[in-house]
Amino acid sequence: MEHQALSINEILSNVYVFVLATFVGLEVIRRVSPLLHTPLMSLTNAISAISIVGSILIAGRGETQSSLILGTVAVGASMVNIVGGYLITYRMVKMFRKKEDRK
Amino acid sequence: MAEYYIDIIYVFSAVSFILSLKWLSSVATARRGVIAGILGMSLAVGGTLLSPSIEQYYLIAIAFVIGSSIGIPMALMPMTAVPQRTALSHAFGAMAAALVGTAEYYLRNTSIDTFTMSALSIEVLLGSLTFTASLLAAGKLQEILPTRPITFRFQNVFNLAFLGVAVLAGLYVVINPEATYMFPVIIIAALIFGVLLILPIGGADMPTVISLLNSYAGLAAAMMGFVLNNKLLIIAGALDGSSGLILSITMSKAMNRSFTNVLFGAFGQVQATADNAEQKTYRSASAEEAAELMRTASSIMIIPGYGMAVAHAQHKVRELFDVLTSQGVDVKFAIHPVAGRMPGHMNVLLAEADIPYDNLVEMDEANPEFPQTDIALVIGANDVTNPAARNDKSSPIYGMPILDVDKARLVMVNKRSMSPGFAGIDNELYYNDETLMLFGDSKSFIADIVNELSD
Repeated sequence: MEHQALSINEILSNVYVFVLATFVGLEVIRRVSPLLHTPLMSLTNAISAISIVGSILIAGRGETQSSLILGTVAVGASMVNIVGGYLITYRMVKMFRKKEDRK
Repeated sequence: MAEYYIDIIYVFSAVSFILSLKWLSSVATARRGVIAGILGMSLAVGGTLLSPSIEQYYLIAIAFVIGSSIGIPMALMPMTAVPQRTALSHAFGAMAAALVGTAEYYLRNTSIDTFTMSALSIEVLLGSLTFTASLLAAGKLQEILPTRPITFRFQNVFNLAFLGVAVLAGLYVVINPEATYMFPVIIIAALIFGVLLILPIGGADMPTVISLLNSYAGLAAAMMGFVLNNKLLIIAGALDGSSGLILSITMSKAMNRSFTNVLFGAFGQVQATADNAEQKTYRSASAEEAAELMRTASSIMIIPGYGMAVAHAQHKVRELFDVLTSQGVDVKFAIHPVAGRMPGHMNVLLAEADIPYDNLVEMDEANPEFPQTDIALVIGANDVTNPAARNDKSSPIYGMPILDVDKARLVMVNKRSMSPGFAGIDNELYYNDETLMLFGDSKSFIADIVNELSD
């Protein structure tokens, strides 16, 4: 069902989305304080594990033996990033304290 | 029919990701940002699992469990290991993109259009090269591999040849999608190029390189979005790509170097000859003397560097901060953007040691304060304090913005020995009349100062 070629309109709307999302990203991330650059990188790293969406589809459809294997390994690899990335980012941002918050 | 519901879930997921990054802009909202990110990812995964085209859940569930059981220990690593952990997870992300791209190609190569095939080639190329490059970077950061730049003659030509082969193979497959024998050439050439790319990179360049790899991993995910015609993947990938881009630009600006120079310049192998001829003199001091001087100071600026991370000295530094603060000394930390091995590395370590973040000062704010500072205490930082970056046109780091440590009334430098820093450049700061060298391991030396001060 998804094995048919995309129409030019679908391709163009995807290109628009990509360009706009890049600008949103640049604007939002420009404002992140250098204080938080390490958590920023581990958070975006976890977000890039969005490839789990593609991985689940490939693994779940299991159209061929090899696509089943490749997809399953990809799901595992993405899951490492999701779990590890969010957990460590949360650990990090929890550590940042102001003077008055200290016991 | 259910596809529409899934698309609506994806819209909420994309919004969560954008809010997540927006909330990460300040410490006050950062936790909310992480929660929004988790929500976005849960929606994405949940929505995808609802897809009617999925026929088996068994293996997916197993992969979830295995992935989580690797991911959790990786998240519990000590904060000093964060750079290598990050590099390692870039490798995992890139691998996932490359594997999915490969699977898609072999499923669809008979009916694929040119645009999708181009996106697929880029996805696999970026995914493969980021995979090996990140693994190698992680190895260098963990010091399993030699951290010095590895260089050889005609290195750049050699490296670019592999990239060229990967790109040409990609183009060939775009034009002839049925040429399945050509596809592995893209993967293999890109994997080799990834290794070659990192060989000449040394420790001081890691912040830039790790940001660049972050960007590539994001772009690979966005390309996967084009291949699968999935806008959520495109948005999340683009967000990650632009974050990596901003960080790499910030990092290379902080070193006054261009991208190409970082990647192909092989910093720090030529300039060993500077002027070894004359023996310059320096003054050193004991922990006791240093403590005595600190007692009489009213303001102290601490400049942490990678050496502090290596010595795991951040908790001792916190004790020093506490004892000085309790004696009425104004203590601040001046953070250079490329101090450490990844963007923001020092901030995280100091936050881990429970130093309030309002005492962490960025370079632009710190520099005007140095002339009024009684003591600048440098702990394991070198090149970012070298005045040669300001004065010496022949220096390889000339033009790099530095912390004007030499303008403080008194400078103390804690270092293990007189050996030059990463870039192999002598630091003239050490021979100034106002500079005292504190030789020793940071952790034990700072502990000694703390003991003297608390007596």
